[in-house]
Amino acid sequence: MKILIRNGVVCDPQNKFEKKADLLIENGKIRSIGKILPARARGVRTIDARNRMVVPGLIDIHCHLREPGREDEETIRTATRAAVKGGFTSICSMPNTQPVIDSVSGVKFVLETARQEGVVNVFPVGAITKGSLGQELASIGKMKQAGIIAISDDGHPVMNAVIMRRALEYCKMFDIPVISHCEDTNLSQNGEMNEGYISTVLGLKGIPRQAEEIMVARDIALAELTGGRLHIAHISTARSVDLVRHAKKSGIRVTAETAPHYFSLTEELVKASNYNTNTKINPPLRTKKDVEAIKRGLKDNSIDCIASDHAPHLAEEKDQEYKTAPFGIIGLETTLPLVITYLVNNGKLTLRDALMKLSVNPARILNLKKGNLSPGSDADVTILNLKETRTIERFESMSRNSPFLGMKLTGFADGTIVGGKVVMLNSKLLV
Amino acid sequence: MKLNRKDLLGLEYLDKDEIDLILQTARPFSELFTRTVKKVPTLRGKTVVLLFYEPSTRTRTSFELAAKRLSADTLNITVASSSVVKGESLIDTVKTIEAMKADFVIIRHSMSGSAHIVANTISASIINAGDGMHEHPTQGLLDLFTIQQKKGRIKGLNVAIIGDIAHSRVARSNIWGLKKLGANVFVVGPSTLMPADVEKLGVEVHYHIDKIIPKLDVINILRIQRERQEQNLFPTLEEFSEIFGINSKKLVRAKNDLLVLHPGPMNRGVEISSEVADGKNSVITEQVTNGIAVRMAVLYLLAGGEGGAGENFDS
Repeated sequence: MKILIRNGVVCDPQNKFEKKADLLIENGKIRSIGKILPARARGVRTIDARNRMVVPGLIDIHCHLREPGREDEETIRTATRAAVKGGFTSICSMPNTQPVIDSVSGVKFVLETARQEGVVNVFPVGAITKGSLGQELASIGKMKQAGIIAISDDGHPVMNAVIMRRALEYCKMFDIPVISHCEDTNLSQNGEMNEGYISTVLGLKGIPRQAEEIMVARDIALAELTGGRLHIAHISTARSVDLVRHAKKSGIRVTAETAPHYFSLTEELVKASNYNTNTKINPPLRTKKDVEAIKRGLKDNSIDCIASDHAPHLAEEKDQEYKTAPFGIIGLETTLPLVITYLVNNGKLTLRDALMKLSVNPARILNLKKGNLSPGSDADVTILNLKETRTIERFESMSRNSPFLGMKLTGFADGTIVGGKVVMLNSKLLV
Repeated sequence: MKLNRKDLLGLEYLDKDEIDLILQTARPFSELFTRTVKKVPTLRGKTVVLLFYEPSTRTRTSFELAAKRLSADTLNITVASSSVVKGESLIDTVKTIEAMKADFVIIRHSMSGSAHIVANTISASIINAGDGMHEHPTQGLLDLFTIQQKKGRIKGLNVAIIGDIAHSRVARSNIWGLKKLGANVFVVGPSTLMPADVEKLGVEVHYHIDKIIPKLDVINILRIQRERQEQNLFPTLEEFSEIFGINSKKLVRAKNDLLVLHPGPMNRGVEISSEVADGKNSVITEQVTNGIAVRMAVLYLLAGGEGGAGENFDS
């Protein structure tokens, strides 16, 4: 089975390749890039990518698929379909499902379900501690053998520094990162939004930025102590960026991600939207100053990745009082257009830099042989239309909890190929 | 003049003229109470639903009397608002009320933003009777009305709000209202009970009332809740009372005509001593009476009535 993607501009940052070229896929692998003669393309499925960018398939290092346990909010099938729509060919599933993915059987369940029902690559993240309760280490080594690519107690921060120390130490021998959701839950307790003038005016309980920053600082110190690989999830504050920047300069093995809402929205939206619970996110939306710092951190590579932190919730869960509504928003289908609209189109990042954050770096951090279009590698390819503008209205995700609903964004994936299989073409899902 | 609004969710959202209009409209209503027949037919045929998710005697009865004195029909719905008890959602509840063709929904809720959620959901007029730590606009209005009644003005007065500012919706509504009408506002309380960036609201922050007591024209003493001590926001209730409680000793250097307000219910001997609560400077019972007039004015104006001083509501 051969597929020829013709007339597009191929951008493969890892190979420092960016020019108009054809891309030939054969048997699920990239075969060659360059001017491919129509003669050689006889009997080949041809995709016309005129006025399109042809890039390595996007990789989401942080999302929540909700299966097992909350199949009413999302399933592995629907989340992977949302991923296709958003241009992602690989996604990493966080373990805070019901039950928590803290054992080999859980990992096998996710992988097997993804194999049968999923339409993109799913890489499971295992729990750091049993039940993500922060007390005893989960079977990290056995889960690694079963296929996890990282560990994390996302959503349930590891408050005990000794446990975090052991996790970082133990993971060294498996060469997998510990993904830390940095939040001092004593400081953030019962918090609803960023602490400051707006929380005061709205009468909402504040979450001080220090709840995040203290744990970023702690975990960096522990990474230094142990030599383990630390990946900091969804950083949202200016000082968190500074801490990571400084740690990297000191040679500490730390990487970091942010999510699109931290460079596109501020806490003022909580007020402007009259307590719209789709603005309730953890960590919370911060200030303009933080947004600028996040952009600078992306620019100077203090922040390595942009992840969706896709967190589906039912309408009836979000249609509550602000205090009782759950944290989280969906993001698989809006991450790429937000990156293009807020970072690429206004010159904050080149497309190449954006692809580093959305594909190359996630692959590097997770030791995946992906994120490039080198001949012989998996044919995970995304076709981008940087000019297309759409209003965010419909989702492939089962949930609709997005603060970007109704917003006009520019730059979408209109083709997605996973392992040589065309799963979206001309913005139509084929799976 | 008319108040062209569907809802009253907070004093933050009103401008000075709108607040003045409500206060002026409340005046003739308060005069009505001196008559033997305290009722006018203004809202005859209208239905006012009192939806209370938090226990409240004072505010609920005040609204109920206000509605009844305007000849509206009232309906009380009290919901146990324990988040543990999974009942009907707020949105479903108010949709049901809307289907019953209520004209007004007066809502009290323990969570900030609840009145907004209701106002965004249904077409009835919504009056916020206190939402979490956010606002309690009619309390703010009745405090303004009482101060204006006693002092003849608001502009230029030095007004201190004392106690648990962080958790107080009364404090927020008072700050917005007082600032819009030109008062100088001071907030006084423990540093642990000051909300973040409160000075950005244009208030002066003080931890010790002694420093400012001689210049104050009005003090508004907030109720302190016992659970704040359990949250380690201050060490003991005794210490709170010692340092922040208002007693006659603390008022020795105060102006003779200092007004003492308290939104109630009072913890006598904690944030306010009995001699102050019952003393010559206290206007706490007047606040209660004025509360009804102010709430009548709000209902009347939201119903589309023409307001202002000297109106005749009998016709």
